[in-house]
Amino acid sequence: MAGGGNPVTPIWDRLLHVCFHGDYEENACFHGDYEEEKEEEEEEEEERGTLDLSPLLNKAMMLQARSWLSRARSFSTVSNNPLRVCVVGSGPAGFYTAEKTLKAHQGAEVDIIDRLPTPFGLVRSGVAPDHPETKIVINQFSRVAQHERCSFFGNVTLGSSISLSDLRELYHVVVLAYGSESDRALGIPGEDLMGIHSAREFVWWYNGHPDCRNLDPDLKSTDTAVILGQGNVALDVARILLRPTSELATTDISSHVLTALEESSIRKVYLVGRRGPVQAACTTKELREVLGIKNLYVHIKEADLVKTPADEEEMKNNRIQRRVHELLSKAAASGSSQPNSGQRELHFVFFRKPDSFLESDERSGHVSGVHVEKTFLKGVGPGKQIAVGTGEFEDLDCGMVLKSIGYKSVPVNGLPFDHNKGVVPNIRGRVVTDPLGDPTQVEIGLYVCGWLKRGPTGIIATNLYCAEETVASISEDLERGVLKSRSSLPKPGREGLLQLLNDRNVRPLTFNAWEKIDSEEKSLGSLRNKPREKLTTWEDLLKAAAMK
Amino acid sequence: MLKELSKGRYLSTSGTGYKRQHWRPLLTLPSETKAFQGSAFQKYRHFSTADAGDTCDEGSERNDTISVTFVDKYGEDQLIQVPIGMSLLEAAHENDIELEGACEGSLACSTCHVIVMDMDYYNKLEDPTDEENDMLDLAFGLTESSRLGCQIVAKPELDGIRVAIPAATRNFAVDGFVPKPH
Ligand SMILES: Cc1cc2nc3c(=O)[nH]c(=O)nc-3n(C[C@H](O)[C@H](O)[C@H](O)COP(=O)(O)OP(=O)(O)OC[C@H]3O[C@@H](n4cnc5c(N)ncnc54)[C@H](O)[C@@H]3O)c2cc1C
Ligand SMILES: NC(=O)c1ccc[n+]([C@@H]2O[C@H](COP(=O)([O-])OP(=O)(O)OC[C@H]3O[C@@H](n4cnc5c(N)ncnc54)[C@H](OP(=O)(O)O)[C@@H]3O)[C@@H](O)[C@H]2O)c1
Ligand code: FES
Repeated sequence: MAGGGNPVTPIWDRLLHVCFHGDYEENACFHGDYEEEKEEEEEEEEERGTLDLSPLLNKAMMLQARSWLSRARSFSTVSNNPLRVCVVGSGPAGFYTAEKTLKAHQGAEVDIIDRLPTPFGLVRSGVAPDHPETKIVINQFSRVAQHERCSFFGNVTLGSSISLSDLRELYHVVVLAYGSESDRALGIPGEDLMGIHSAREFVWWYNGHPDCRNLDPDLKSTDTAVILGQGNVALDVARILLRPTSELATTDISSHVLTALEESSIRKVYLVGRRGPVQAACTTKELREVLGIKNLYVHIKEADLVKTPADEEEMKNNRIQRRVHELLSKAAASGSSQPNSGQRELHFVFFRKPDSFLESDERSGHVSGVHVEKTFLKGVGPGKQIAVGTGEFEDLDCGMVLKSIGYKSVPVNGLPFDHNKGVVPNIRGRVVTDPLGDPTQVEIGLYVCGWLKRGPTGIIATNLYCAEETVASISEDLERGVLKSRSSLPKPGREGLLQLLNDRNVRPLTFNAWEKIDSEEKSLGSLRNKPREKLTTWEDLLKAAAMK
Repeated sequence: MLKELSKGRYLSTSGTGYKRQHWRPLLTLPSETKAFQGSAFQKYRHFSTADAGDTCDEGSERNDTISVTFVDKYGEDQLIQVPIGMSLLEAAHENDIELEGACEGSLACSTCHVIVMDMDYYNKLEDPTDEENDMLDLAFGLTESSRLGCQIVAKPELDGIRVAIPAATRNFAVDGFVPKPH
């Protein structure tokens, strides 16, 4: 997604245009009143007592269905029989899926599980602390969680607390929206040296994610950091390192992080891109913001800004690329040629790709720089250019490196996974059984949404359209009878989940528990003139959740 | 607390962001379209179940409102009256029109994207600020006459404006409207 995505043909569009020549061809538009229409048909079915397994159900599915049935019967309260939906992951994709499902299916009961005691995914643990307006969407998500047919269960991890096959037995529909919680690797020598972190970890650290509470990056032994990648995450991270800490003090940034930043000796940040300014992956809003940091010297080589005909071609249909290039050009022209003393510095470095990391002579095992290769761009199709090494190298000295080259999703047991793309193979949200085999063979009742479905790009709003697509697929499948027999095939849903978790000594935390954490954080924050002071250890989170 | 997700209620019980107590929608309006009657009815229902103490001066509001038509995701027209000074986002939510507004009008999300369907009206709007353009960059299905609903504020010259809410499933060609890429 060059330039953060072309708004006219976003990555999303490509998904929309996937043409599916299988059983789902009819593209029914669903307006939410299908439940009633279907009612009669289902009643009839119930009377007959038959289970109309659609032709799509193969033998394995039949067996599975039988086991569902026998288990389902062992649960007591399945007398009323709503559509039971489980959404895994409470980020934007999960919440938008829940919201759309509740709206489209008046009878549906939706449970959202998350491995953390806190909901909202990257809105809490990714979005920068100095972007409070972006987090306002939490209001909308909270209303969804408080809906009478919706429940949130934190502290429940797919893969350890509960398996995918457990969930598929308990629910008619399982939607996986657990995001991308790992990192793309460069695969170059020295990547494990101390002082090198992924941007994901660094972001989790400054946003108080309990998994990175103790990351403790060393900001005191060096004055220079290199950030690899030029996407919005790279810009976020650069801004946190360079922005006056007095401006961060009134945000919800974790206090231990604020202290570390106040004591930081980092003055100079290199933002390194393997391609040129036309291909920079950031968006205008984030760029404008980083360029506007108080008392910051910005360096951009004017020579890098020269556009080739291929660049012009690429920009022609991409508004973001045009506007980003324009902003960079303005910054290059207006900046002073030398930094004033004491000024912090931001250097945009284009056309350099990392080749290896250098180890420090004085501090063994520690990074002391990045060996980069100069690149030029080569056209590989209309509007697409890639970076190719020229064979010339140089070193960028630094004491810290943050790799911001993209996130990566991780599979769970029993889930089809495309390891190349790092996503769950899917057709408009329906999970495809074998990424290499028949693309029309899908997993019944299993869907995917968000970064796990599309890969780790896109803003919060992208997940809204993504959820619309996935929920439309669910609705189509219900209407077509692929997921049919709700009445003849009751599922234990929430009650079954809670029973199973109880059997396994897993203590799910409800939205009410989150509200206790929330109010504790807010009151801690008010003491420090901050919107909230996040609880950043598991212990503190669980303690607050258990408060009366 | 009312727990109901059905259209409108869901948004209107929010209690956050939108200053909905401030602007009172009209109760009696000419019945021009079916969709409109529906929304008037909903408003009535809303009115009768909540905020019973509020008063509203219909006579003066009538003069201070303009007509705005929203073309929703399904291609249906919804005509509403919008008080001068109110943003189209607030107006949509007042009238149970499904226009997203993730950041509640703080220019940080682009989900309130609407397409002004007539260039004449588009030209009557003030030029978007850099900040609005930065968010428009990210709007889904951007066109030459795209704006953010939270940034369009009702003024007399805009009386009669038609705006479409883009959606993944929406087919603009149906209305003879073809979105042009930038
Ligand atoms: C650093 C950063 C900053 C960003 N800033 C912005 C911004 O300012 N504006 C913007 O519009 N977009 C921003 N984005 C993009 C936006 O955050 C994403 O598009 C969005 O969060 C993706 O949604 P998701 O639901 O797919 O994943 P996530 O938000 O990652 O949610 C996944 C959820 O699943 C849970 N989970 C993970 N594994 C499991 C498991 N095994 N079992 C149960 N639960 C699990 C996680 O705890 C998490 O809550 C940013 C992204 C990043 C990385
Ligand atoms: N405020 C916001 O709206 C906001 C804030 C943060 C994040 N987000 C969104 O979240 C998503 C993820 O952001 P992101 O920054 O992680 O991803 P991204 O936008 O995809 O950027 C990844 C960057 O890493 C580079 N890269 C990838 N592989 C590389 C390699 N092997 N060697 C060198 N460089 C490499 C890419 O360069 P190439 O282009 O050459 O591949 C690109 O510059 C984006 O869609 C972003 O817009 C939004
Ligand atoms: S509501 Fe977020 S930009 Fe308008």
